Amino acid sequence: MTADILLQAVIGGLLMGLIYALVAAGLSLIFGLMDVVNFAHGELLMVAMFATFSLWQLTGLDPLMVLPLVVVLMFALGVAIYHGLIARALTVQFNRGMVQIFVTFGLGIFIRGLAQFFYGGEFRSITGGMVANRTVQMAGIYVPLPQFAASLVCLGAFALLLVISRTEFGRALEATREDRDAVALIGINRDHIFAIGWGLGAATVGIAGVMLATFYYVSPNVGANFATIAYVTVALGGFGSLGGALVAGLLIGEIEALTALVLEPSLKQVGMFVVYLAVVLFRPRGLFGRL
Amino acid sequence: MLRLHDVSASYRGLKALQGVSMDVGKGEVVAVVGANGAGKSTLLRAIAGQVATTGSIEFDGESLAHVPAHMVTRRGISLVPEGRRLFPRLSVEDNLRLGAYSKRGDFDRFAPLELVFSLFPRLRERLMQRAGTLSGGEQQMLAIGRALMTQPRLLMLDEPSQGIMPKLVDDIFKAILRIRRLDVTILLVEQRLAESLEIADRAYVLQTGRVVMSGPAKQIAADAAVRQAYLGM
Ligand SMILES: Nc1ncnc2c1ncn2[C@@H]1O[C@H](COP(=O)(O)OP(=O)(O)OP(=O)(O)O)[C@@H](O)[C@H]1O
Ligand SMILES: [Mg+2]
Repeated sequence: MTADILLQAVIGGLLMGLIYALVAAGLSLIFGLMDVVNFAHGELLMVAMFATFSLWQLTGLDPLMVLPLVVVLMFALGVAIYHGLIARALTVQFNRGMVQIFVTFGLGIFIRGLAQFFYGGEFRSITGGMVANRTVQMAGIYVPLPQFAASLVCLGAFALLLVISRTEFGRALEATREDRDAVALIGINRDHIFAIGWGLGAATVGIAGVMLATFYYVSPNVGANFATIAYVTVALGGFGSLGGALVAGLLIGEIEALTALVLEPSLKQVGMFVVYLAVVLFRPRGLFGRL
Repeated sequence: MLRLHDVSASYRGLKALQGVSMDVGKGEVVAVVGANGAGKSTLLRAIAGQVATTGSIEFDGESLAHVPAHMVTRRGISLVPEGRRLFPRLSVEDNLRLGAYSKRGDFDRFAPLELVFSLFPRLRERLMQRAGTLSGGEQQMLAIGRALMTQPRLLMLDEPSQGIMPKLVDDIFKAILRIRRLDVTILLVEQRLAESLEIADRAYVLQTGRVVMSGPAKQIAADAAVRQAYLGM
């Protein structure tokens, strides 16, 4: 194994890891805010990918140009999911935990069914746009431009999330997360905060989806694998921790890339699950999780 | 200002309030006293929109029926609840500033900060400290401060002296008196009978969810029968 191959793998893992991290950040945001695991998270990713694909196909616009539009749509979708489903699931009296699981699980199945209906099962990909099929050369290493652009956008999204968390709204989000019943005492409507939390979570995974669609195939089942990785990432980084999602995402990306070097490609995910199990055993709250 | 008529509330069929009627006039300090489990906290939570009630609750002539809790706050009623319910991981400053969150758009919405600091100078010294690491007395000050940041016209305090050392209890009662002078009406629930009846104008005695006596605070304080029968003192 040459140093070049190793370096190539490390850079590949870094770029992919940033996408994993952003997908996980959306999941973690919602979980941290209201203790609800969104089992339709992979499907939200898939929706954003199909939206990008369709907008590109219909209008010929560059996938990067449709990013803002898709992000707004995803935000609206997140808000709608909260008001339409989650808010209702929160009010049930019996078996609330189960209801919350099934409601997002069912939503995921429903969205996948819709995608299957409208697009069929085949793999599609975006073949045009300014980043498609291009590479950049850095220090002797060739980096695919779509992945490079995606990782930059993901970093930018993280910076934006950090900024949001520092705003007054971010404080209100944090307060709601600490004591959802007490915020009414200061005139805050927690439903409003929860809805925006879902909007932000969906928009976050939406950004990842748009960028992923510039180089990854799109199909109704594409979200499943990313969602699994996102659950592992969130658990590894610590539930609800933004920084944790970033570090864990990068870690997962690297572990995957390096595992693929030594094991067969089909086993490339073994490494991340081994690390995950080790963390769960020795540090159940994750690397940056709160007790 | 606040008028309750025949208000009842229950928790899963168990009645906690039964036909409570009361009046609180503008600028008054009204105390609600009663033994443990009499329904004092439930009464405040009912007014704050946190428990479902029957009967009528009016604030400034407008019904509070079906008004969600956060809107009750925005209408000018602020509750400092039992257990204080601060945001423990947020700083003292963030806790205070969030009190003005629903007034976004008012450019002088942080103005009450000065009042809060003049009432509780300790809070100014601890602005960056996490609320959860404050002492019990400081937490109570912060809870009252946060409530004042919503600019209430009616301030409801649920056992502000609970779990606080005597020296600080004095400070808190002094602060309550100063708050009243700012034209804030006060509804006070207290275990400390003597102190609360001393600063109150009128009082209601609750027993198992009913008002069993009401009148000028001095009179209630003097009534030995009240003490024995309802307050067990
Ligand atoms: N969340 C709840 N669920 C069920 N029952 C409750 C709940 N809160 C209060 N109760 C019951 O309602 C009755 C009145 O309680 P409340 O807390 O209003 O009394 P209190 O006068 O404030 O008592 P204390 O002086 O101990 O604070 C009690 O019998 C109590 O057990
Ligand atoms: Mg009580």
